[in-house]
Amino acid sequence: MATRRATTKASKTPSRRSGSKKASASKVSKAELLELYREMLLIRRFEEKAGQMYGMGLIGGFCHLYIGQEAVVVGMQACIDAGDTVVTSYRDHGHMLACGMDPKGVMAELTGRRTGYSKGKGGSMHMFSREKNFFGGHGIVGAQVPIGTGISFAHKYLDEKAVCLTYMGEGAVNQGQVYESFNMSALWQLPTIYIIENNRYGMGTSVERAAAKATELYNRGQAYGIPGAQVDGMDVLAVKEAGAKVVADAKAGKGPYILEMQTYRYRGHSMSDPAKYRTRDEVQKMRSEQDPIERLRQSLLEDGHIDEAGLKDIDKDVKAIVSEAAEFAQNSPEPDPSELWTDVYLDAQAAQ
Amino acid sequence: MPIEMLMPALSPTMTEGKLAKWLKSEGDEISAGDVVAEIETDKATMEVEAVDEGLLGRILVPEGAENVAVNTPIAILLGEGEDASSLDVSGGNSGGGQPEIPATSDPVPCAPAPAAAPAVAEVEAEAEWSGPTMTLTVREALRDAMAEEMRRDGRVFLMGEEVAQYQGAYKVSQGLLEEFGDKRVIDTPITEHGFAGLAAGAAMYGLRPIVEFMTFNFAMQAIDQIINSSGKTLYMSGGQIQNPIVFRGPNGAAARVAAQHSQEYSSWYGQVPGLKVVSPWSAADAKGLLKSAIRDPNPVIFLENEILYGQSFEVPDTDDWLVPIGKAKVVRPGSDVTIVAHSICVGKSLEAAKVLAEEGIDAEVIDLRTIRPMDTQTIVQSLQKTTRLVSVEEGWPFAGIGAELAAVMMEQAFDWLDAPVARVCAADVPLPYAANLEALALPQPDDVAAAAKQVCYRS
Repeated sequence: MATRRATTKASKTPSRRSGSKKASASKVSKAELLELYREMLLIRRFEEKAGQMYGMGLIGGFCHLYIGQEAVVVGMQACIDAGDTVVTSYRDHGHMLACGMDPKGVMAELTGRRTGYSKGKGGSMHMFSREKNFFGGHGIVGAQVPIGTGISFAHKYLDEKAVCLTYMGEGAVNQGQVYESFNMSALWQLPTIYIIENNRYGMGTSVERAAAKATELYNRGQAYGIPGAQVDGMDVLAVKEAGAKVVADAKAGKGPYILEMQTYRYRGHSMSDPAKYRTRDEVQKMRSEQDPIERLRQSLLEDGHIDEAGLKDIDKDVKAIVSEAAEFAQNSPEPDPSELWTDVYLDAQAAQ
Repeated sequence: MPIEMLMPALSPTMTEGKLAKWLKSEGDEISAGDVVAEIETDKATMEVEAVDEGLLGRILVPEGAENVAVNTPIAILLGEGEDASSLDVSGGNSGGGQPEIPATSDPVPCAPAPAAAPAVAEVEAEAEWSGPTMTLTVREALRDAMAEEMRRDGRVFLMGEEVAQYQGAYKVSQGLLEEFGDKRVIDTPITEHGFAGLAAGAAMYGLRPIVEFMTFNFAMQAIDQIINSSGKTLYMSGGQIQNPIVFRGPNGAAARVAAQHSQEYSSWYGQVPGLKVVSPWSAADAKGLLKSAIRDPNPVIFLENEILYGQSFEVPDTDDWLVPIGKAKVVRPGSDVTIVAHSICVGKSLEAAKVLAEEGIDAEVIDLRTIRPMDTQTIVQSLQKTTRLVSVEEGWPFAGIGAELAAVMMEQAFDWLDAPVARVCAADVPLPYAANLEALALPQPDDVAAAAKQVCYRS
């Protein structure tokens, strides 16, 4: 398997450059490496199961799978602390698992059951965990970007040393509100890390057909003085290395940063996407040459951190977690009919 | 144990499809993610990926088979150490057959849903104020409400265009920057969609933003964030994520600013479950309701009126004057006809009532104060006394507040009505600029009086 060099390309914005160097596994402990592997695998298996359950009619509506992009969220999550916050769009299952949300609760939300994170009222695209500082799960392309900027605003207002990881797809970077957010975030030096998950296709439109200067999305904040860097989003260690630096900078009060993660989704935009806008070879090539899980697996084996038997054990554990989540999600009852009317308003009296 | 591969549904509406092609043969090793077959629906051809790994033990549905129902077993995968002979024992057949949904896949059935929304909790009106009062303009009352609440709660801040250094485009935030500093009184760029969303995010995290729109016309730029982010997140999160936020600013017509700066949004926002909508007339209500709105844990749309900003009223002289959201107020008792209005139309209705009194018609005027949740009880009680209702608003007639009131009266007080509900609205046109046309387009006291006479069958 060819291992692509993990590179980080930085924009020429004043004061900060993220250096161009190879991400190396040597600085990361064995335990951490194995954890990164396990988390990516959990997302992969979870999403495969979700796809299967969708096929069985157990999951309805829209269901956007994260398969192929696992390194982005797992690498970034490894850079933040419990007080930091995360917000993303509707391709959100991976983000929730990476935030430490219970796979059972996530899957049960997908099946629309009362034990789901939103009691079955949000579904795949609208899930939250206040406890895990995961602020959604938003269904409107780009709308999560001002929200993440606002959460960062709150971190600063409350004098917290925290950042908000604000994820968006490359399709969202053509929305006006993204630039409104860049402007305010730069103006007020907010601790926002904007992560563009460039998986090359906004639904069926390739990034080249949608974005001017499509190879330089990390430069989209340049006019506002927001530095940016392009990262190999198929390499979890490259993501982690790039993320760690910008998270530290943002916490030190240096303002927002844009990370463009070059990644790829193997599946369609949503489950009902026949994916005729790209060739099977293109997908197959990415899977066989760039797969983030396979790349880490190879390096774990080569560095002698684990053997095949050890990997099999991890695989078994992960599969058990996913099976348990699927069982739970199928066996939990639907929401009580009375739930139709709850959570529309909070009681003003009780809240005071 | 052998694993059955089922015919997948590839869209929310697919029930069956054609198994167009097998890309793997019996005996092939399969890994999760491998494309094993192609299926065709009426819309598209799609690939079926394996979700489990194993050996393709048996193909149950041959390629070319049409109308294969979703969830029909199409193949059997063998795990490690299993071979195809084990399949014969379990009797795998090669037909399409009926869908076999695993027994666990049916949701546990629930009792039928309750048909109607639960009754709205009754809101108690504010106590009658008997203490000292002071004369304040609506503008000053709004400013005092914000200042008092900002003193009370450090999480409350004000943001918007020109709210700080300029002291507010309409001087509503006069003096706030001086008292609270630029951390809490924040001039924004002209970026309504952005700062509405930013404030919604800050509220989700636990701050209590007051967002001033220079006018609500500009909030149309931001309406996705107001409705989809602020209004729906509590529900979509199963109650986890709160949105204590106030969106405020002038609403409706001002004077001669024409169509794009004059829209009235009560019915737009009033339509959205998850939002509360307030639209006061007097300074005392403006103050007491804005304080309640800032303390409310829900998103509140606070619709002011530019022409009212300079009007003076008596306001209780206390920093603890709260008016509950969701309670209308009888501002002029009467016995012959009920006139329901909000915001600037309350004043116009009171003028009309004076004219009507001279003609022997005793009108009761109700100030709605809150659009949502609407205090229908107060209106119904009044109607039971007067048996006639006129609704007055500066909004357009179609699906407006008057349309809502007419429907509610039919549902809740049909037998009490001695005349059809009459609506006085803005003319169903974009608001014109010319002074004479503008006056024609907006409800005037004479229009209200005429409508009242009509429902009283007087001319």
